Amino acid sequence: MHGLINRSLESFLSDTYGAPLWRDVAEGAGLAFEHFESMFEYEDWMTYVVIETAAERLNKSPDTILEDMGTYLVSSPNVKSLRRLLRFGGDSFVDFLHSLDDLYDRAKLAVPELELPMFKLLGDDTDGSFRVVCTGPHFGFGRAMLGVLRAMADDYGALVFMEYHGAGDGFEEISITLVQSSFADGRDFSLASPDASNGGRQ
Amino acid sequence: MEKICLTRPALARLMPMHLILAPNGEILQCGPTIAKLFTDPSLLGQSFFDCFDVSRPYNMMSVADILASNGTKLHLSMRNQHQTTLKAVGVALEGQDGLLLDMSFGISVVDAIGTYDLSIADFAATDLAVEMLYLIEAKSAAMNESHKLNARLQGAKIAAEEQAYTDTLTGLKNRRAMDHVLSRFLSTGESFGLMQVDLDYFKAVNDTLGHAAGDHVLLEVARILIDETRGEDLVARVGGDEFVLLFHRLTDLEKLNDIANRIIERMEVPIMFEGRQCRISTSIGTTISDFYAEPDMDKMLSDADLALYASKDKGRACNTVFSADLLRQAS
Repeated sequence: MHGLINRSLESFLSDTYGAPLWRDVAEGAGLAFEHFESMFEYEDWMTYVVIETAAERLNKSPDTILEDMGTYLVSSPNVKSLRRLLRFGGDSFVDFLHSLDDLYDRAKLAVPELELPMFKLLGDDTDGSFRVVCTGPHFGFGRAMLGVLRAMADDYGALVFMEYHGAGDGFEEISITLVQSSFADGRDFSLASPDASNGGRQ
Repeated sequence: MEKICLTRPALARLMPMHLILAPNGEILQCGPTIAKLFTDPSLLGQSFFDCFDVSRPYNMMSVADILASNGTKLHLSMRNQHQTTLKAVGVALEGQDGLLLDMSFGISVVDAIGTYDLSIADFAATDLAVEMLYLIEAKSAAMNESHKLNARLQGAKIAAEEQAYTDTLTGLKNRRAMDHVLSRFLSTGESFGLMQVDLDYFKAVNDTLGHAAGDHVLLEVARILIDETRGEDLVARVGGDEFVLLFHRLTDLEKLNDIANRIIERMEVPIMFEGRQCRISTSIGTTISDFYAEPDMDKMLSDADLALYASKDKGRACNTVFSADLLRQAS
């Protein structure tokens, strides 16, 4: 699994639950190092064992860990770049949902080695009900995506209901009901980078 | 279809940065995004050439010039404090006098979005500007991560190299470092002085007072050697009680002799360890690169060693400079 994904997991656990918890998880998971490097490639088992170990230590389900991580990646002030890059997808939450089809290619443009799952938006703008289908070799991205989508809906100020359906076989689905696209004031977003030389992440 | 008709809103959607100019250059109509760039006063009714400077091609002074250029790409800059640059192309409007001009930012889009607070909706749906902005931002975020990684790796590399060239007990350089520096001096042809320094009676200290005392003496010796040499010189521990000193660009024998004597004098002072005196002495052999037509590492080290043994023969606690006589005596 790419270092960016592992590093995101580490940042989430470390920022949310403290550095000692992260050290405990890293040790418990049997990693031979303390920190993931975001530009390295790691064996897949490491990611899974880290999630399982963290779930055990925090007495939460692995699904909750993944979903909370997704929310964290968009909403935490410590990680600004992902939220900004996702906001390039469009001016409204529906535009953003449509841009998910491009996410795989966009991620590849930025970091060619990064293998995200494919996301496909199905549904109809007219009645506001959508489904996001997520397919890829790693099961669990859908859970993280659920957290990302919840946080992005808040970011756009949209009121939505979402539900996760894991169908197995590397196939996950999230159903989305858009109740109101401008329910609250969203967060400000400007195309201009606040600091182009330091793309966001601290 | 020889001709097509568009409504103004349709044109605005396709080309949010278009202008329609009258033959005299008056701006008759402008797209919503270009209008956003000129809020006070508005572009409408002004002369195109008062608002924009056509930098290329040269001599574009009128609408007729632009029409005659036959769709050539124009380079413009706005006559405001930002002097934003734009690219443009103009075509004749069929059936009426005047010019339709479509503009885009080109690379200046990066600054323009900040300067004029543009959003995704300000660009035509087919415009790649937003994709480009996305790419710039994504790439600089990725590059930023790579830079941080490079800095960490470089730090680790320097630390590892430092470790590989350091004698762990004394913190002096080791034989590997000495070989490295010596061959660098030889390959660049720089002049230098070389000393072999040997501790006398060190084994006795180790045997009678223990290894802890021996280690303490070595640390003290290292401190003296560092004290008596300059920062650009190399002090290496090349054996248990053997040291090599390289003096960068110093071949003045008188000065080298003074340094050797100061080292010897300080080594004669007993070193205290846990209330007991450790007595050692020092013998030194010196040579300089100027002695050789083609200095050679092994030759210089063995000549300095020969001089060192001459010092020991003379009763220790002295320095000997290598000479051809020593070679004759040895053989």
